[in-house]
Amino acid sequence: MRALIPALVLTLGFLSGATSVASAQDIARGERLFNACLRCHDVGKDAKNRIGPHLNGVFDRKAATIEGATYSKAMKRAGADGLRWTIDTLNIYIQNPKNLVSGTRMNYRGMRKEKDRSDLLAYLRQFSVSPANIPEASASLLQQDAPSLHEETYLDGDAEYGEYLSGECTSCHQSSGADKGIPSITGWSQPDFVIALRAYKKGHRPHPVMQMIAKRLSEEEIAALAAYFKELH
Amino acid sequence: MRLNRRRFLGTAAASAALLSSPIALGQKRPRVVIIGGGAGGATAARYIAKDSDGAIEVILIEPSRTYYTCFFSNLAIGGFQPMSKLAHSYGTLASEYGVTVVHDWASAVDREKKVVRLAGGDAISYDRLVLSPGIDFVKGAIEGWDVTAQTKMPHAYKAGTQTQLLKAQVEAMPEGGTFAMVAPPNPYRCPPGPYERVSMVAHVLKQRNPTAKILILDPKEKFSKQGLFMEGWENHYTGMVDWLTDEFTGGVQRVDPNTMEIVLEDETIKADVCNVIPAMQAGSIAHQAGLTNEAGWCPIVPATLQSQMDENIHVLGDATQNGDMPKSGYSANSQAKAAAMAIRHALTGSRAFKPRFSNTCWSLISPDNGVKVGASYVATDEKIAKVDGFISQNNEDDALRKQTFEESLGWYAGMTADMFG
Repeated sequence: MRALIPALVLTLGFLSGATSVASAQDIARGERLFNACLRCHDVGKDAKNRIGPHLNGVFDRKAATIEGATYSKAMKRAGADGLRWTIDTLNIYIQNPKNLVSGTRMNYRGMRKEKDRSDLLAYLRQFSVSPANIPEASASLLQQDAPSLHEETYLDGDAEYGEYLSGECTSCHQSSGADKGIPSITGWSQPDFVIALRAYKKGHRPHPVMQMIAKRLSEEEIAALAAYFKELH
Repeated sequence: MRLNRRRFLGTAAASAALLSSPIALGQKRPRVVIIGGGAGGATAARYIAKDSDGAIEVILIEPSRTYYTCFFSNLAIGGFQPMSKLAHSYGTLASEYGVTVVHDWASAVDREKKVVRLAGGDAISYDRLVLSPGIDFVKGAIEGWDVTAQTKMPHAYKAGTQTQLLKAQVEAMPEGGTFAMVAPPNPYRCPPGPYERVSMVAHVLKQRNPTAKILILDPKEKFSKQGLFMEGWENHYTGMVDWLTDEFTGGVQRVDPNTMEIVLEDETIKADVCNVIPAMQAGSIAHQAGLTNEAGWCPIVPATLQSQMDENIHVLGDATQNGDMPKSGYSANSQAKAAAMAIRHALTGSRAFKPRFSNTCWSLISPDNGVKVGASYVATDEKIAKVDGFISQNNEDDALRKQTFEESLGWYAGMTADMFG
């Protein structure tokens, strides 16, 4: 019983933190951070699509659904698969767009600091229909996510093992790199490959077949596959 | 089960020994003979040849020069794929991978001598044999129907002329006529297959003959992707499809291909087209070779797909009784890779990894309306056991269903490239 008490206190603490409104300071800081996005994204009254879609009402929107915006094939695929912009998915996406959509047109290496992302999203949520209903942050998800999805170091993969494992991939994906109906997975950089599989494994990416396949891949196996596929062009 | 304890232990001990030292087979290249050029056999041929880099001689025995995939043949019936797109040849396996392709019928396996006899008179010896013979129909499963009746009441469960015949019959149905399907009992090839076929027939009839009816006479109480198919039929082919189980009809007593009658317990149905899909068992060569159990299927060692009756023979795909994997082209392809690795390991001492298996079955319900079901599997001591799975949901939006269909086309291209090179 005693062991339960600290856990309970923690949970309560978390809940009260999450429901508090973002401070004006966070929003102001987020607005400054948004300068990095301005060249491609517009937000606010009369916002228009630029290189990327406008970001009014982005929360709870299905990916790749703004009329007139230009999306990559990969983003359209992700949207049809069920990718929806929430505090969680936006957070993961802004950290590194390739976390969620390997072939995204968004040429941005990512916002690595959690506090920056949190402030940026606090700013953006003001431009949604009902900002009060949007959770401010998903601390649990971020923490669970942090150690593996964005790990900068990768195991040195066993390419021969990767070749055997790749048999499970080539039932659908073509080693020729064909990209119709099923995406190409050849010639990817090792980090992109690892990040993609980790994101499926954790369920951040929506595709059920890929989630199932990735779920039982160990870090060692993901590294082995990345080592094998990077050699395929 | 005819596996004796000594043989089984022998296999296990041999596998353990192989981890450290390859078998000495003399100077001659070891030879793998593969019977059957479908999803299991063609994949095994390609992977053994490709990954052994010429160290293993691979001979593939397949009677057909042009192979029509059974998967996607329903789409040909629905007019979504031309038959020509389902046709594949073995040219690349021969020219690019060095597989010797023998177009003949394997008539017998002499397990003592490790020799396959061909209908053409030749005999081919093997170090390892891969048997991927697919299915045959159980004789007498439906009274009144045998293979001589297949021109009147087609099964269309082996793709090619049967597919074309059924398609032509559906298109020629009289206005307001009846299409009846006698559905198979479990286990059978391609669990969603009969119901995807009904969807495709309904699609054709909706365009050409909207007052026609479809009757499914089913010995099963439930079927694969049932909720998804039922939803699709209701939404797209309202009032056209009736699914009747034996509980309701008393079961099909017999059929008469001459009068096109289907006799139920209390009623006789006259059909304009009757698609009879009888009960199935492993392809006949597996029976001849003595590799089947009392259920008519081939029990296997889960990790290697070795026959439980003969450690020198690996059985793949529909013919196996493997545990949880369905009889599908995808499954056979997945099993073939595990078997190919085990065979290379046994014959050349190449590295062996823990096998893993997976399967996905896509089905088309109506234009741009694809659904899927799939699972991942591992080899346990007893069986190939399901680990995890997924299925499309009811009420998915149109964009997702369209994407799932497009994905299935991509899968077809990937799968056939994986089989035939």
